[in-house]
Amino acid sequence: MAYSNKVIDHYENPRNVGSFAKDDPSIATGMVGAPACGDVMKLQIKVNELGIIEDAKFKTYGCGSAIASSSLVTEWVKGKSLDEAQQIKNTDIAHELALPPVKIHCSILAEDAIKAAIADYKQKRGG
Amino acid sequence: MNYFQLFDLPATFELDLTELGSRYLALQRKFHPDKYAAASNRDRLMSVQQTANINDAYHSLKQPLLRAEHLLALRGLKISHEQRSFTDPVFLMQQMELREQLEEISSSADPDSAIMAVEQQLQQQRKVLLKQLAATLDANTAEQNQQAAELVRKLKFFFKLQHELELIEQQLQD
Repeated sequence: MAYSNKVIDHYENPRNVGSFAKDDPSIATGMVGAPACGDVMKLQIKVNELGIIEDAKFKTYGCGSAIASSSLVTEWVKGKSLDEAQQIKNTDIAHELALPPVKIHCSILAEDAIKAAIADYKQKRGG
Repeated sequence: MNYFQLFDLPATFELDLTELGSRYLALQRKFHPDKYAAASNRDRLMSVQQTANINDAYHSLKQPLLRAEHLLALRGLKISHEQRSFTDPVFLMQQMELREQLEEISSSADPDSAIMAVEQQLQQQRKVLLKQLAATLDANTAEQNQQAAELVRKLKFFFKLQHELELIEQQLQD
């Protein structure tokens, strides 16, 4: 299957790959996986006192589309408030990367990863 | 379609695979399209359709994960095409670590023993999960079936890891 140029770009030059120190209180982690293809995605956000996402990192084991989706999301969330980041939809990711229908689940995974990271942050802050 | 019924076998997870194999061959012979070469259009079509069903059924029942999925589907829990993300953080963290271990194999000083170490871990984990799966499917209560579905999801990650490990092994051999 042919990947779009944007997927290839993110796959070959993934943005923000890596991990933050887990014990840093400003860091929250979202972990999600897709049983059907065995993909695993970790997305971490660094949130400042104003509730703005200052930085984001990801680590994804999966296909090119899954890597591109998580790479794109780390770019998108930087500078956003938690509420704004919460609004990111998988359809926006799929549209931006021109994902074919069989790869839509990769964008769902990335949306769920950012939502999981936000939930983790809120839980860390006591709801 | 109930694949167990097709082979006239009890709808259970523990299955006699030798028995399944011989029933498969018998049914295949019975409906083989060659036997219907001179039959009516309708019967020829039926034999082609039946042969396809028999092949699908055999393929699904002989593999434990597909068998569990079929059994759960018969019990009203369809999970084979679900797109819901899996979110158990402890399990996913372990998956991440195993993936990292796989990544390190090719650069390790002794790749063969690194492969063996991961292989053993995967085998051990699969064994534990399959045992739990057999027990939950055998219990067959609503709650235990949900539990079984969760175990199938976990096992899928492990089968994917096994596949990745085999790819690495092949690469190292080349």
